[in-house]
Amino acid sequence: MPSKPAGRTRTAQPAERVAVRKTYKLYIGGAFPRSESGRSYPVTDPAGTLLAHAAQASRKDLRDAVTAARKAFAGWSRATAYNRGQVLYRIAEMMEGRREQFIAEIVAAEGGGADAAAAQVDAAVDRWVWYAGWSDKYAQVVGGANPVAGPYFNFSLPEPSGVVGIVAPQESSLLGFVSVVAPALTTGNTVVVVASSQRPLPAVSLTEALATSDLPGGVLNLLTGSVDELAPWLASHRDVNCLDLTGVPAADRVPLAQAAADTVKRVLAPATLDLAAEPGTSRLAAFVETKTVWHPLGV
Amino acid sequence: MSAFDNTAFDYAPAPESRAIARLKPSYQIFVDGEFRDGRGEAVKTINPATEEPLAEVAEANAADVTDAVAAARRAYEGSWSRLPGSERSKYLFRIARAIQERGRELAVLESLDNGKPIKESRDVDIPNAAAHFFYYAGWADKLGYAGFGPNPRPIGVAGQIIPWNFPLLMAAWKIAPALATGNTVVLKPAETTPLTALTLAEIIAECDLPPGVVNVLAGGPEVGQALVEEPGVDKLAFTGSTAVGKQLQRSVAASGKRLSLELGGKAANIVFDDAAIDQAVEGIVTGIFFNQGHVCCAGSRLLVQESVHDEVVSALQDRLQTLRLGDPLDKNTDIGAINSAVQLARVRELADVGEAEGATRWSPACTLPDRGFWFPPTVFTGASQASRIAQEEIFGPVLTVLTFRTPQEAVDKANNTPYGLSAGVWTEKGSRILWMANRLRAGVVWANTFNRFDPVSPFGGYGESGFGREGGRHGLAAYLESEA
Repeated sequence: MPSKPAGRTRTAQPAERVAVRKTYKLYIGGAFPRSESGRSYPVTDPAGTLLAHAAQASRKDLRDAVTAARKAFAGWSRATAYNRGQVLYRIAEMMEGRREQFIAEIVAAEGGGADAAAAQVDAAVDRWVWYAGWSDKYAQVVGGANPVAGPYFNFSLPEPSGVVGIVAPQESSLLGFVSVVAPALTTGNTVVVVASSQRPLPAVSLTEALATSDLPGGVLNLLTGSVDELAPWLASHRDVNCLDLTGVPAADRVPLAQAAADTVKRVLAPATLDLAAEPGTSRLAAFVETKTVWHPLGV
Repeated sequence: MSAFDNTAFDYAPAPESRAIARLKPSYQIFVDGEFRDGRGEAVKTINPATEEPLAEVAEANAADVTDAVAAARRAYEGSWSRLPGSERSKYLFRIARAIQERGRELAVLESLDNGKPIKESRDVDIPNAAAHFFYYAGWADKLGYAGFGPNPRPIGVAGQIIPWNFPLLMAAWKIAPALATGNTVVLKPAETTPLTALTLAEIIAECDLPPGVVNVLAGGPEVGQALVEEPGVDKLAFTGSTAVGKQLQRSVAASGKRLSLELGGKAANIVFDDAAIDQAVEGIVTGIFFNQGHVCCAGSRLLVQESVHDEVVSALQDRLQTLRLGDPLDKNTDIGAINSAVQLARVRELADVGEAEGATRWSPACTLPDRGFWFPPTVFTGASQASRIAQEEIFGPVLTVLTFRTPQEAVDKANNTPYGLSAGVWTEKGSRILWMANRLRAGVVWANTFNRFDPVSPFGGYGESGFGREGGRHGLAAYLESEA
């Protein structure tokens, strides 16, 4: 394993091999483009040392990401729940194999020790496993037959709301990210997510795991850059069905939630996100629609 | 008297007596367990079928809203949220029984104030309102089993704003789940239809609910706005137009106030070539002419498979010739009055737009009463998918007919709207029903039926038809604190 994969090796000793550095790109429609704007921005560790230049996504990148998410929605939302569960579990497998890389990237991005970073990576992997198991159980838990007072069979099922726009938590670069995207994907939504502005690199590396997890292109689309610049376009985009403002400070949420009202988006703006607790089902419930079907009984 | 002259047999009039409604000359708002004159304007509510005044209503003003919310807060903290669920439950059962006892009175009152046919208020609105209270009564002491954690908590004071199309039923949809979960309520019925909600307040007072648990304010949009802006309200529930719903969502954005919205619709009622055509025609009629089309989930777009278009339209026109439009209190009446002059103007305007846009307009031979607000059942054929009558909610007895060739085209056209409240599918093929139901982006899918409602059946929309569900176990979620 490279000793410092996320950081930069500034000089090579005479006998040492020159490391091949990674370009941190966006993830849109299953591909890894740079920003169409050509912009990038420096990402540093907490001490201010340069880690990499990340792509600074533009409004146009965001629109492309929404287009990709919408295109992917029909396939992902109608994949069998068993299939979605296997794909989500596969993400956990792919992450586990890159465990050391993620630990190093979290240490670089957030500071702190390797033990804390390892705990975060393990929790992130386990979170995919938790949600993978929910995929084919959630409809059974919250759906069911309704005993109407008449000669009809009537049942209700949860269905995905559509394209979910997410601003990922700013502090927890990997576990926070996984904790907000995984539940939205579990129920069959597709996602456009803006990573932590200051700590985007672990999320970018995660998309490299997603690309090898049989997650269809466009199901999750990642943007890096300025939350302040991107979030208003995400909130007002007419083809985005839901908005998760977990990564936006409470003081900045009002204009975004107001913009979301123009298309009656489902808005999630939780006061807190407890990453240590068992996730529960509230995030699964946030981005589903209950559909109820009636049919007469008769011969 | 039938307004249509070509029925085989003429019907003798069979009117309900208006005396059954026990109309009072004036009605008061209900705040903190007391009836009192609102400090807003005193307005006359009229019978839309005759334009005659029914009663005077002393409407609330902003100060009354503040009083009502304060009373609801006191009741929430002082009694209601501390009452064991088993005791709350019995109050709700009382209300359900009292509505049943006074069912006939409420039905006549509803038809007088709203203009809907007595057969609908008698057979749909009032019994469903009672059933809704009966259903949620039983939840009050079983909330720990509802799937929202072992000890789900109420939210607090709920502000509830309801429309004029099902006045008492909408009041029941709002109040019953809120009280069952331990919240207290400030309800604002629509300005043109306050009478049954204020009579429900009387029932609630007779049922001895603690003062302030339910408050009912009559008034117009400014009273609703005051309720929305009142800081003491923890949860808002609104049923009405999408335009107003968006304003409401904007005004509480990221404030921490909980919100549920049940907004407009432009439902597709889809008829395949293998459908039982006679049954489908009945479903089309129920879909759009039930309650004069004043139904958010009305099947206002008929999508008919091209090969049976002429047959279906012809059968539909034959059927519409037999509908009886007229006195809402007549038990033979199928089509009542449009609820208000404002709504009639909107229906007329959009129907005129449909004609101007090139669609073919058809109504049965029909004489409208001289007084009151009336609009004949109307069918547009030859409309384009992009025309306003195929896109906008008309909220009146106006059906727009479109065609399709393949199931996928039917799905695409049905889903081609910002709304997503309901849809209908008519076919004899089971796998096709489920295939369609799976792909239609709508909160309620009626297959081989339409416009059925039941307290156990969740109701609510996708997209710009709003969010949250009313009815069933799902309806509890809108009035419980969400899990962390």
